[in-house]
Amino acid sequence: MSDLNQQMAERYKNNFLKEIEEQAEMGEWVKMCMQCGLCSGSCPTNFHSGWDHPPQEIFMLIRAGKREEVLNAQGMYMCTSCYNCYVRCPRKVPVTHVMHGIAEYAYRIGRAPKNQPTMHLSRTFWNNATKYGRVNEVKLTQSLYFKDGLGAGIKKAMEMQTVALGLVKAGRLNPLEAIGGGHKCKDLKGIHAMLAKANELEAQRKAAKG
Amino acid sequence: MARKEYAFYPGCSSQKGASASNYLVSVESMCKTLDIKMTEIPDWNCCGASVSYAESGELPRHVMNARNFALAESNLPGQDIVATCAACWLGARESKERLEHSDRLMADTQTALKEAGLQIKVIPEVRHMVEVLIEDLGYDELKKPVKKPLAGMKFAGYVGCQTNRPFGIAGESFENPMYLDKLIETVGGEAVKYDQKVTCCGGALAFSEPEKAQAQIKDIIEAAYDGGAEMIVTPCPLCQANVEVYQGQINKKYGTKFDIPVLYYSQLMTLAYGGSAKEAGLNGNVVRARKLEEFAGK
Repeated sequence: MSDLNQQMAERYKNNFLKEIEEQAEMGEWVKMCMQCGLCSGSCPTNFHSGWDHPPQEIFMLIRAGKREEVLNAQGMYMCTSCYNCYVRCPRKVPVTHVMHGIAEYAYRIGRAPKNQPTMHLSRTFWNNATKYGRVNEVKLTQSLYFKDGLGAGIKKAMEMQTVALGLVKAGRLNPLEAIGGGHKCKDLKGIHAMLAKANELEAQRKAAKG
Repeated sequence: MARKEYAFYPGCSSQKGASASNYLVSVESMCKTLDIKMTEIPDWNCCGASVSYAESGELPRHVMNARNFALAESNLPGQDIVATCAACWLGARESKERLEHSDRLMADTQTALKEAGLQIKVIPEVRHMVEVLIEDLGYDELKKPVKKPLAGMKFAGYVGCQTNRPFGIAGESFENPMYLDKLIETVGGEAVKYDQKVTCCGGALAFSEPEKAQAQIKDIIEAAYDGGAEMIVTPCPLCQANVEVYQGQINKKYGTKFDIPVLYYSQLMTLAYGGSAKEAGLNGNVVRARKLEEFAGK
């Protein structure tokens, strides 16, 4: 993965803005930012630890060509997809989607921190949803708990026991989904073929740029 | 023939045994009373939700939604797609917009769809259940079947994010949407004033970074109590689950004593229309709504 990071750095030389514009979804919006900071003030995670660079700072760092600072930043992984920044931006920058795009790009070229919990959830959720066409909530939860190994998983599962039991009692969590039950689409073959083609086309399109 | 017919996109969380299965139960009861026919899109698939963005990339995400468009269009021609889940609605509606605004994305999507033997001609409208209630029926029509007004009950209408932003309900403001309060009043309840109506519950971060999400959930519940609410009402399955199921953990961490039921608008409507506790899916609430259970039994 780090090879891809190297390749991209070389391909775009000193033009990190162009790299983001071409490679990150919605990256072409970065230059519209006028640094007002409304996005940062609107973010529900802005008072939490780890929020090093808010969106408006990330936008300025991109324009200043600070590739390492941006790709090492943590702020873009804090997005809850609440769309506060998106609807408030006076320049109509779709901030939520730009942050998703930058996070996705960092993740794709191997620069997201290993085991970043929301990137891990993103991978787990998508793989879970596309395997059978519909989400298996029990398997999704299990794979989240056990991401840091068996010991940590059991501890986490114990902590969450009362939450899970409440849901089971209310008929909103079916333990049988863990062992092959669960909902599925009928045309899985079609879904998988369609997604394979989509991945192929997307890779082609991104490789053609630069 | 029913008064209105729609192509129904229930979404993963609404399925039997899943986290919002009681939402579906109450929606079905509500629609029966209102004479709305919802036909499930055959073999519909997951929308990808917001959080899959990093793994899905751009085109695969839109292709997943496009498959549902194609299935709706060919099986239920002429019908709008209606989602009950905020994330399904947002994901599908965003894909519709992006595909309609980009010939390249649309062409790639058609190529991918062909692999599943599908194609899109015209993407149907993608709407949320509350849009249908408000725009196609209207508050007056929603009020007509009310047999048992929820008089004297105080609710905090918690709109949250994704039924409100970025699309929202036409004519409503992002900062203080009134539709949920109006729905509460339509069924005879009192909508209290409180200051966290559109605060984010943390969304998917409730799973990946629970301490961050729970801090936000705590603020929402506290504000609802401060506003004098006995119960919280929401149109979103993730808002519902997040605000309801972590109350015990929040109490442990912050020393609070939260024990407030979190309901769907469709549960209130079902009860006001004279439905039973079971028809309203009250047995699916983790924090039992005892006042409503009693009310339904009367």
